[in-house]
Formats: sequence, structure tokens, C-alpha cells
Amino acid sequence: MAVSAGTIQHGATEHSESGLWSWLTTVDHKRIGILYCVSALVFFLVGGIEALLIRIQLAQPNGTFLDQDSYNRIFTMHGTTMIFLVIMPLSTGFINLLLPLMIGARDVAFPRLNAFSYWAFLFGGIFLNASFFTGGNIFEGELGAPDGGWFGYAPLTLNQYSPGDGINYWMLGLQILGIATMAGGFNFIVTTLNMRAPGMSLLRMPLFVWMALVTSFLMIFAMPIIAVALFQLTFDRIFDANFFNPAAGASPLLWQHMFWLFGHPEVYILILPAFGIVSEVLPVFSRKPLFGYPFVVFSGVAIGFMSWGVWAHHMYTVGLGSIANSAFGISTILIAVPTGVKIFNWMGTMWGGSISFKTPVMFCLGFITMFTIGGLTGVTHSMVPSDYQQQDTYYIVAHFHQVLFGGALFGLFAGVYYWFPKFTGRMLSETWGQVHFWLMFIGFNLTFQPMMILGLMGMPRRISSYPEDYGWDLWNMIATLGAFTIALGILVFLINFIMSIRNGEESGPDPWDGRTLEWSIPSPPPHYNFAKIPVVHSIDEFWHRKYVEDSKGIPVPVPKGAAIATGDHGDGHEEDEGHDIHMPAPSYMPLIAAAGLPIVAIGLLYAYPLIAVGAIVGLVGLYGWVLEPVGGD
Amino acid sequence: MAMHAPAGESHALDTNTGLDNRKLLMWLFLASECLFFGSFIAAFLLYRDRNVVGPYPEDLYDIPFTSVSSFVLLMSSLTMVLALAAIQRGNLQAMRVWLIATALLGISFLSGQAFEFTEFWNEGLSLDQNLFGTTFFVLTGFHGAHVSVGVLILLSLVDASWRGKLTTDHSLAVELAGLYWHFVDIVWIVIFTLIYLIQPA
Ligand code: HEM
Ligand SMILES: [Cu+2]
Repeated sequence: MAVSAGTIQHGATEHSESGLWSWLTTVDHKRIGILYCVSALVFFLVGGIEALLIRIQLAQPNGTFLDQDSYNRIFTMHGTTMIFLVIMPLSTGFINLLLPLMIGARDVAFPRLNAFSYWAFLFGGIFLNASFFTGGNIFEGELGAPDGGWFGYAPLTLNQYSPGDGINYWMLGLQILGIATMAGGFNFIVTTLNMRAPGMSLLRMPLFVWMALVTSFLMIFAMPIIAVALFQLTFDRIFDANFFNPAAGASPLLWQHMFWLFGHPEVYILILPAFGIVSEVLPVFSRKPLFGYPFVVFSGVAIGFMSWGVWAHHMYTVGLGSIANSAFGISTILIAVPTGVKIFNWMGTMWGGSISFKTPVMFCLGFITMFTIGGLTGVTHSMVPSDYQQQDTYYIVAHFHQVLFGGALFGLFAGVYYWFPKFTGRMLSETWGQVHFWLMFIGFNLTFQPMMILGLMGMPRRISSYPEDYGWDLWNMIATLGAFTIALGILVFLINFIMSIRNGEESGPDPWDGRTLEWSIPSPPPHYNFAKIPVVHSIDEFWHRKYVEDSKGIPVPVPKGAAIATGDHGDGHEEDEGHDIHMPAPSYMPLIAAAGLPIVAIGLLYAYPLIAVGAIVGLVGLYGWVLEPVGGD
Repeated sequence: MAMHAPAGESHALDTNTGLDNRKLLMWLFLASECLFFGSFIAAFLLYRDRNVVGPYPEDLYDIPFTSVSSFVLLMSSLTMVLALAAIQRGNLQAMRVWLIATALLGISFLSGQAFEFTEFWNEGLSLDQNLFGTTFFVLTGFHGAHVSVGVLILLSLVDASWRGKLTTDHSLAVELAGLYWHFVDIVWIVIFTLIYLIQPA
């Protein structure tokens, strides 16, 4: 079934192809993108519930809702989930959905590798979360999840200090997720560099594609570093090696250096796709091209490079010495410059534009305001003396939520509202979208601005309870109320999402008067994307097909039919034109290859022979994959 | 490298860069592997002088022996080049010979490593003995694992050509295997120089 060689997909038949099997074997970038996004949303609910548990515990002083141990496990899983199972896969989902469409390609360069990434991600995420039940004795009320924080500082995560299997699940789960991320990164780079439609030069690529490219490079260079650190931890925990064992002379800072050498590029992996989304949405709704396109591109590239030289700002207080601290302080201040450039470009895009304040724009505005606060708080702790006060306080917690939630997640939600019609053919309800935005925006500020104050008042992070009379009670209570406001907003979103998939208003191919190629084809796009590969003449190609400028420089619509006459759109002809397009055949081999990974991990924890079984399963998948007679992969 | 398009691979030129997708993928993979080995090598160097108990590197290293096995691995790059040249000339028989030779040289290197590991083990070096044991076994072990994967790839190519699945149209497959093989070889040169030859004064 998987090896139906050289299948010719007929435009008319492919949409009727549905059912579980077709999803398990899909190699279509759009379906894989949808799988990524939906899985990330499910993990988002899990991580969100964990956040609510944390906030219930901290609502009042001397909280007794969770004990110390469970609290540690839940905040560890919350952070790990939000970063590795929500923001990264949601970004990856968007890249999957959009990258080929935006560059005028029929799929990514390696469709089956793409499917492999998704399955490895899913298995890694499930494996990690299984730790709640299998990492400890759940029947005795013991949660088995990891308890070392999302950064898992060794030596604290060695067996002596963190016995049990929790950390083992964490390190092996992240290892699997890292493999998924790297596979995705390779694929996206090759696709972007090699598969652009004729005329789509690098400096005509949509901004989202640029940011995806930089992100992918960060992925393939940052993930190997954390992979090594995780391997070292694995050897220490499972085979008694000494990488992090101070008694054997090991440096207690090795982990921190490796983790943050990965970790700071990682935060840009988290934010750059959102930068890309905002840079796509704002021009459309301001009805103006992006202000200073090359500046936005090159500041993104600059961020990519500079993100490698700032990691020790996470380590000011470990005693690296004043020279190192100063150097990293300066580099950290400098990285705020290209970030600031982008913020000015977004404002310049809106300036003088006729902005329509639809939900996607609201989320972009939320993004810009909140991310700016986040960036500025970052600058405050780039100053070494000031960071000595802030480190390990709620001020840091406020900073990274300001950039990750106020930034990355708001940007991603802008993308959800903006591209939902493209992939479902229906609009999300605008009214409920606005309700969702305001609940989330207000809730966000209620939750995290009090944390700034708490941090400056000296409340440490990672504590499971605090005494009364420190003046922290009110702010903590407000933060908890804010968290529930956010939860309400998410509930509204979920209802809107599910209702709109079923009975949302029909969107047509181009509901927002878009500028980029994905809006030139039907919604949802046909299996093969473009009936004819488009030829690109400029940035914002699709816009220029629809509008010409009159003598005063004001855009006027091209007479109807003229744009279509170029024949580059799939405007209803695709049913006949799609006949001879060769698309890769579906395959279950990527799923099998990915299934080997969690089996090896389980083997490492419980029974070594299973390692061999996992390796064989993985190899069978790989050999099947290579020998399958499908072209182009 | 290799800007020519061998027979049957002309579709490679359909890409924007002119480089076949698979070849670009391999280059990117090897680039990220540099970070992988780089991190392990850095850990080794960082810990080299921090052992609190022996055995120490200078007690165990047998430089002449490891030089020979390094030379064996280096030669395997030569045979790999000859294998690629053979398939590009259209001579599958010669390609198989050179591929098998490469694999055999790789296996000899691995045997040398197995022998070295056993020797060190017998002298009291283990993963948990000291930092040297930890960093040495893990770094060289991962390298050995890469060589083993390479051997597997080479033998799979030979097998595929016996079964008629690898023809002169598929020189790219051999070229990619070659890139990987040369890379693993170069990594060994770096390891051998930094870990064995350059000893702190
Ligand atoms: C203007 C740019 C930024 C600057 C100058 C900056 C600076 C910093 C500094 C100095 C710290 C260390 C604070 C401490 O632990 O004492 C930090 C922590 C952190 N930052 Fe940023 N940052 C910036 C942007 C971002 C972005 C874009 C993200 C993510 C999307 C991010 C995520 C984080 C996270 C997660 C932490 C805390 C890590 C932890 O301790 O667990 N930052 N930032
Ligand atoms: Cu950082």
C-alpha cells in the first residue's frame, strides 16, 4: 500500500482521500503542518493546565494545594512542554504549511523526512508526558515527571540529587524531540535554497520564509549541542560516567555552558517564526508593503549570528569574572539593536496605512507591545549589576513570559487567525476572535506584570510556597486571577475553532486581499498546491498581479481577468490541469523509523534488549524508506 | 565540490542552487555534525587536566599502534575516492571492489579500536573510573559508531548493486556515502591530533 510507485494524483480524487490510514501515511506538507499544529494545541492545553495548577498553589501564601515535590515536577513539565511541545512545533507547523506555498513549490524537498520529523516529535512528546504515570509510582500518589526545571541543570539532575526516572524521561524525551527538530531544519533549508519558483530570488522571498530559514539554521546548529549535553547526562545517569560529577573533578559549569550555548539560539528559534508571521500580517492589513524589507531581513540574519555570542548572560552570577561578564553584557545589549530595528519596521509599516483592526492585527499589536516590554526587560538584565538583583526572581519569570507568551504565542495566534481560512476554506468568527484576544491580552497583563513587581520585591522563582506578610499576597492573587482569565480566553478560542471548522463562513481563496502566493490558489489548497508553477516578478508577487499603480502611485485593481490570464493561479482550472502532476506516494515507513526511537529509550530505562529491538525497528523503517520506489525523496 | 552532473543526475540542475537536494542535505548534516563532535572534543579538552585519579592518558596511549590504525582509516578515504571514480566511469565491478575495500579498511580500524578499548579496560580505565575514561570512551565511541554506520552504508551499496538496484545512474548515492565517509575520517584526524598527539607539557 505504501509502495504504490509513482502514483499520479488526480486533482479530483485526492480530497476524497481521508480516514486514519491516509493521515498515518501522509507525506503532504499541508497535512503534516496540520498534524503539527493540532498536536501542539493539545500539548498547549496540557501545559496550560499545569500552569493553572502552579497558579492555584501560589494564589495565597503557605499554599497547600501541591506539595513541594509535585510542584517541582509540574513547573518542570510546564516549561518543557511550552517550549518544546508547543511553541517549537506550532512554529514548525506553520513553516510546514506555508513554506512551500510561499515559494511556489509543490512540497518540501524531502516529504518522507518531513513525516518522520512529525512522528518523532509526537512520540517524543508522548514519551515525555508518560513520565507522569510511569516515571514514579502513581499508585502511591507519586508523580513521576522530571523535577529539574526546563534547563535541567546538572549536577542537580544527577541520580544522587534527582533519583527516580523523571529526569531520564526528560533527557531521552528531549533527545527524541531534538532529532525531530533537526530533521525539520535540514528539510526546510534545502527546500528554501533549492525549490523556489522561477524568479523567486532570495530577496523576493516573503519575510516569513526568511525567518523560517534563519530559524532552521539555528535548529541544525543548536540542537547538536543540546544533544551532546543530553548524551553526557544519559551516560552519567545510566552508565555511571563522570561528565558532571564534581567528585571526579568535573566542572559544575559544563552543563550550564552547553545548555545556554544551545539555549540562547533556542529562544530565537522560538521567536523568529513569530517575527515572520507579524511581518506578513501587518502589510496585508495596513494595505502597504512591509516598511524596509531588507532591514527586516538582515536584522533577522544578524540576530541569527549574534545569538551565538550571548549565552553567558544566563551565568553572570556563577563567577566567570568581570571581563567575561562585561563582554557578554555588551554582546547582549547589542543583540537588542537588530531586535529594535524590527520593531521600528513594523511600526513604520502601520504608519499612515489604512489599518483594519481584524483579529490577526489585534494579535500583532499585542505582540508588538508585549514583546517590546519583554525586550526592554531583557536589556535591564543584560546589565550585570542589575542582573545580580534580578537573577532567580520573578522578574526573570516575567521577562521570559513577556517574550515567549506576549511575543511568540501572540504572534502565532495572529498566524492562526490569518491562515485558518487558507487551510480550512472557512473563516474563524471575528467577534469571538476579538473576545479571545481581549481576554488573553488582559489576562496576560494581569498575570505577568504583577510578576515584575514581585520580582523586584525579591520573590524568588521556583518556590512552591511563600510566607505571608512579605507584601507578595495581593500581586500573587492578581496573577492567579489573570491566569484564569487567559484560560477563559483559550476556551473561547477552542469553541470558535471547532465551530468555525464546521460552519464558519466560506472564505474563498483570498479573503484578506493577501500579498503572497499562497492566496493565489484555492482554499484549502489542492494536494499539488500549484496547477502551474508560478513565475515570480517581484516581492509581494500576488499583490502585483492584482494591482497596478496609477500615475500618483495609488494602487488600482487590475481589471478582472487580466491577473488570471497569466494562468499562474489555480483558479478553478486545476481539476483538469492537476492530472499529470507527480506527487510522492504516501508511506508508513517514516512512522516505523520514528517508532524505533521511543523503543530504544524505553529499553535504556527498563530492559536493554529492547534497545536492539528499537534499533531494528528503526532500521527496518529506514531501509524500507530508502528502497521504496518513490522518486524525489 | 563536484560541480559536474554525472549521467542520469541532470535533474539536479533543476534546483535553484544547481546542487542536488540530497547533496545539499548531506552537506548540512555534516555541518551540524561538526557541532556534535566539536562539543564532545571540547569536553575532553576541558577535562584533560582535571582527573583526580589515574590511569592518565600518558599511561595508556600507544601512539605507534593508533598511528597505524589512523593510517588505515586514512587509506580508506583513498579507496572511497576510487569507488566513486569507478561508478562515474560506469565500471560497477570496480566500484564494488573499492567499496568492499573501503568497508574492510573501516572494519580494520574498528577492530583496532576494539583492541585499544580492551587494553585500556584491562589497565583499569572505565567509564566511571575518572574523567579521562568518561570523555575518552564516549568521544571515541561515538566516532566508532559513526564508522560502523558508514560500513553499513557501504555494504548496503554493494548489496544493492549486486541485486541490480544500484546502477551507473546512481553515482550520487556513492558520492553521498563518500562525503559521509570522508567527513568521519577527517573527524578522526582531528581527534587523533587533539586527543592523542598534543599532550599538555
Ligand atoms: C532584546 C532581546 C533580549 C535580551 C537582551 C534578553 C536578555 C536576557 C537575559 C540577560 C536573561 C538572563 C536573566 C537571568 O537569568 O538572570 C534572559 C533570560 C531569558 N530569556 Fe531573554 N533576552 C532577550 C530576548 C529573549 C527572547 C526573544 C526570548 C524568547 C523568545 C527570551 C527568553 C528568555 C528565557 C526563557 C530566559 C530565562 C531562562 C531561564 O533562566 O530559565 N529572551 N534574557
Ligand atoms: Cu539568553
